[in-house]
Amino acid sequence: MKRYGIFALILAGLMVFAGYAALFIAPDEATMHAIQRIFYFHASSGWAAMEASMIVFFANIAYLAKRDLKWDWLAISAVEVSVAFWTVMLVTGPIWAHPVWGVWWTWDWRLTLTLVIWILYLCYMIFRTLLSDPERRAVFSAVFGIFVFLGVPLDYLSIRIWRTQHPQPVIFGGQNSGLDPTMAKVFFYCSGVMTLLMILLVIKRYRLERLRHEAEELRLSVEEASESAAAIRNS
Amino acid sequence: MTTARAAAIVFGREVRAEMRTRELLQTTIVFVIIVVTLFNFAFEPDVAEARRIGPGLIWITLLFAGSLMLNPSFAKEQNNDTIYALRMAPATSFAIVLGKTLANLLFLSITEIILVPVFSVLYNVPVLPVLGRLALVLLLGTFGLVVVGTVFSALATQARLRELLLPLLLLPVMIPLLSAAVEATAGLFEKPAALDRTWLSMLIAFDVVFFTASWLLCDYLLEE
Repeated sequence: MKRYGIFALILAGLMVFAGYAALFIAPDEATMHAIQRIFYFHASSGWAAMEASMIVFFANIAYLAKRDLKWDWLAISAVEVSVAFWTVMLVTGPIWAHPVWGVWWTWDWRLTLTLVIWILYLCYMIFRTLLSDPERRAVFSAVFGIFVFLGVPLDYLSIRIWRTQHPQPVIFGGQNSGLDPTMAKVFFYCSGVMTLLMILLVIKRYRLERLRHEAEELRLSVEEASESAAAIRNS
Repeated sequence: MTTARAAAIVFGREVRAEMRTRELLQTTIVFVIIVVTLFNFAFEPDVAEARRIGPGLIWITLLFAGSLMLNPSFAKEQNNDTIYALRMAPATSFAIVLGKTLANLLFLSITEIILVPVFSVLYNVPVLPVLGRLALVLLLGTFGLVVVGTVFSALATQARLRELLLPLLLLPVMIPLLSAAVEATAGLFEKPAALDRTWLSMLIAFDVVFFTASWLLCDYLLEE
């Protein structure tokens, strides 16, 4: 327990420095000025969200292959954490877009795809709450999760064919793109910190899910015991 | 028993059961007519506007109809306890899912045979000149819808609030199919009518991806 506390403390320090780096170390952007600094949180949350979504997909497949409930706990933990990061993305995006584009929202492919994934994961979470048997919940939500994940490339293709307004990728975007070296350093630092935060949250959420499972098992065994005690008394 | 034969038996059983009461078909057909009528009150389109929003209207109506109509596909097995008989049947789960998928494809296609002429008359959009190509787009789109819908119907059956849950699971997954089907249909309503190959391949890709997924994952749907 203690080591997670220490991990969380170190991470809090790293995050404070990330805020400092994004606000003071990174150079001013030529046309957008201060508002561009939200990018260090917006894009790095996006990375963390995508990493968490990859965990969901692999956990779903691993559950169906191994039938070990641990993978199911990992899947729901990663889903919830990725929804948190997708939400950060969906909130910081419009804050940036309003002064720069003049609109809060546009149906550009990146925005649309993020919104669609966010909705799909909300449905995944709701679906799980409506299934009571743990084994069945694990199997069915894994099947649903795989369908969702297979749909994402198709969503990407269909939405991509529309016109695009979102800035082109500046990282791995090909020639003539790219960040100022200091900006790049700050961005990678922020992404790294966000990834660590994602990992910490997934671990904590996973432990909570395991405790919930244990509590459920205890409750069932107490119920069974009291039922059999009642049966003995009646006989 | 081969998969094809088992699927044919399941298909025959579904169709026979439906034809005895015609409950599902009559309810769905009236439902789509209501939705098509409601759109008029929501948008009051003139002829040019109808041409523009028509494809969206057709596909939204079909998605809503599908998300309601596909629910009983597995729910009725649960209610009548026939799910145990299906599990015990000497047929693979794929054969059962395939038989049900094809039956649902037939039911939704019958609904479309009513929906398209009604839409055409009420909104003054001529469909006869493009009927063959429209039928192809409708078939590809409907196939994708029933493939995913039948699998999700099995998933939703075991959950609480299953009638409400199926649209929630199905509709967001249908977004790529909806955009491809609407764009392909819109091309057919333009002058001159043209079938856009990009969106047609998108529909085929959707069908292939999700048909493969339902083939790979159907064993998990029927287990105890």
